[in-house]
Amino acid sequence: MSAETRFGRMKDLPSTHLLGTGTAMCAGCGGLEALHEIYDVLGARSVFVNAAGCMTLLSVYPFTPFRGSWLYTSMASAPAGAQGVRDALDLLLARGALPPEEDLQVVTLTGDGAAYGMGLSATSSAIERGLDFLYICYDNEGYGNTGQQTSAATPHGARTATAVGGHVGWKKDLFAIWCAHRPAYAATVIGAEPLDLARKIEKAMKLKGPRLILALAPCPTGWGYEPRDTVEVGRLAVKSGVFPLKEYEDGRVTHTKPPHPRAPVKDYLRLQGRFAHLFEPKRDEATIAEIQAAVDRYWEGAG
Amino acid sequence: MTRQLLTGNGAAAWGARLARADYVPAFPITPQTEIIETLAEWIDRGEMAGRLTTLESEHSMITAAAAAAATGVRVFTATSSQGLLYGLEMIYTVAGWRVPFLLVNVSRGLATPITLEPDHTDVLAARDSGFLQVHCATCQEIVDTVLIAYRLAEDPRIRLPAIVNQDGFYLSFTREAVELPAPEAAQRFLPAFDPEAIRFRASRPLSQACAVLGASSYSYFRYETHLASLKALDVYDEIAEAFEQEFGRRWPPVEAYRCDDAEIVFFMIGAFATKAREAVDRLRDAGVAVGLVRPRLVRPWPAGELRRTLLRKRAVVVVDQNLSMGSGGVLHAELAATLYGQPGAPVLLSFVGALGGRDIPPEEFFEMARLAREAAEKGEAPAPRLLYTAQELREMRKLQAVAHAERKELP
Ligand SMILES: Cc1ncc(C[n+]2csc(CCOP(=O)(O)OP(=O)(O)O)c2C)c(N)n1
Ligand code: SF4
Ligand SMILES: [Mg+2]
Repeated sequence: MSAETRFGRMKDLPSTHLLGTGTAMCAGCGGLEALHEIYDVLGARSVFVNAAGCMTLLSVYPFTPFRGSWLYTSMASAPAGAQGVRDALDLLLARGALPPEEDLQVVTLTGDGAAYGMGLSATSSAIERGLDFLYICYDNEGYGNTGQQTSAATPHGARTATAVGGHVGWKKDLFAIWCAHRPAYAATVIGAEPLDLARKIEKAMKLKGPRLILALAPCPTGWGYEPRDTVEVGRLAVKSGVFPLKEYEDGRVTHTKPPHPRAPVKDYLRLQGRFAHLFEPKRDEATIAEIQAAVDRYWEGAG
Repeated sequence: MTRQLLTGNGAAAWGARLARADYVPAFPITPQTEIIETLAEWIDRGEMAGRLTTLESEHSMITAAAAAAATGVRVFTATSSQGLLYGLEMIYTVAGWRVPFLLVNVSRGLATPITLEPDHTDVLAARDSGFLQVHCATCQEIVDTVLIAYRLAEDPRIRLPAIVNQDGFYLSFTREAVELPAPEAAQRFLPAFDPEAIRFRASRPLSQACAVLGASSYSYFRYETHLASLKALDVYDEIAEAFEQEFGRRWPPVEAYRCDDAEIVFFMIGAFATKAREAVDRLRDAGVAVGLVRPRLVRPWPAGELRRTLLRKRAVVVVDQNLSMGSGGVLHAELAATLYGQPGAPVLLSFVGALGGRDIPPEEFFEMARLAREAAEKGEAPAPRLLYTAQELREMRKLQAVAHAERKELP
């Protein structure tokens, strides 16, 4: 991690939150945890362009937890909304109709369903056009708002509302899809690792162009665990190597917190109701081993 | 003022240029593409200020258009047919944002089967969205209506996006002499867009397009949008008046042609209404008291004006260039709702015609007028009909025979 960060240790993190409380999110929402931490660094000089998902219910008339601005669009087109806002701000700046201090960071905020699937075409095009925006995806690995059905981000073996025997497919690699577009920046973060997260937001804000912040969002409601365990689930996602913390810059991917030694994936899986069928009534050694092998393969390749 | 030969598409592009649109989110589709190509060329050559961004779909294009309008710039965009339908989620969504911008739709029939030729089923799918909707019949009308529609959409009492509709091929690719408003006059009539406080900037945070909890809030905001659209009826009259003073051309919400003493009235929208106008003249020459009513405003629906014009006529012949599957002509149903139960309501006849650009020759107007007179005498409307000749059906049967014969050849 570069020396220019103002976040050297935990004590450097903001001690009060900028994002208001009392929202409609569930207790223990890992997406909201990450958003709090992101917003503290990002600040209120921003406009959040949102896609349909749990977080759409952050701003419910006449309340909003944001100190800055907000625009809800649709499930598929938040990146296009960001394009319109950015283009308009640029036009106003160029014409002298908007003083530079009135300019805003344009932020897209969507779930995985939008980011990996319905909105991927709009995202790909926005990156290709070089849109100057920050894309925050809170990845709860399913269509959470509609009751946690399988999405393109659902991991292998997880039970969802549409895969009661466990998902047979494998999670799509959105980070790699972004990297293939050669964006200005892409990083994975998790609320349970706030220092790593803060440094990445800090870095992203210094850059211009398309930037991804992909936050794994432990979801007590959809994943089936007690709200108080969100941080523990998040830590284990990183420690087990299931969720690699990394960043992409200038064509290179760097792991910012490679776990060693790695905890067995079963420690991570066992905490969550969506994987309970892998342990009870009979242990499904084959599936657990498959998941472990996939994680091992990833880290071998990551060198 | 200068006179130029312009296609409908050229006229739409000139409208955007004279309106000094800042931002043009774009996506190609026949027969609209010429509009965005013309604007792209002007912007490239520096003849028009502003920015054109090509999106990857109309869904994104309409989102970007509304998001830019919500940020406080003047936005112009255009589409047609499948493009409008691809973006329909956003057409309905952004109307509720209450941000004004303009979309020119170049009407084209919808798939299936696929066609490039015009009818209005595409644009009528946006009918209930909250977009204002104005239909043009000539190229001159397109330039003028773009300016009028911007002023209407941006009026602080209304703040709704607007669709200006023209017919594919028959207008989009037809050259007519157009009197172009002088830029200074256009600027006088349509000053710069003032979004007031409704725009994004750092010192005044704003939440737009929020969710609501509860049906009371939902009902309130939906009905408020409806009322804003209705308000546009009054405001339209003010603006049309101002336009006439500046440019000397009058564009009423409802064009009534030779209606004062008419007993039978044709009722149509768009370019094909000019065919009815021609037929009215011929029928008048033959001594038949006919007229034509052509609403330009379809949303808001000028119910009052239509009642004033049509009550106490003997019969109204509605020719719908659209088809609501399982119901029939959309305008027929709307007009029936407008006139039903009113004293002196005429007999209403329903014809569906010109689907996919099928011509309506004069003799069909004569026949419709004859049937209208008959219906008025009986006091009873005949069943709705498709304008389609025995000759056409014969040609269709031939195609089917070929299809069947070829199919039999397959192994
Ligand atoms: C076009 C469209 N289809 C379906 C929906 C219903 N819907 C609302 S939220 C949602 C799930 C979104 O999933 P994700 O992006 O992962 O966000 P999350 O709900 O998990 O926060 C769906 C399917 C919608 N709003 N719009
Ligand atoms: S369902 Fe999950 S992601 Fe959605 S608000 Fe609840 S905890 Fe958060
Ligand atoms: Mg999700």
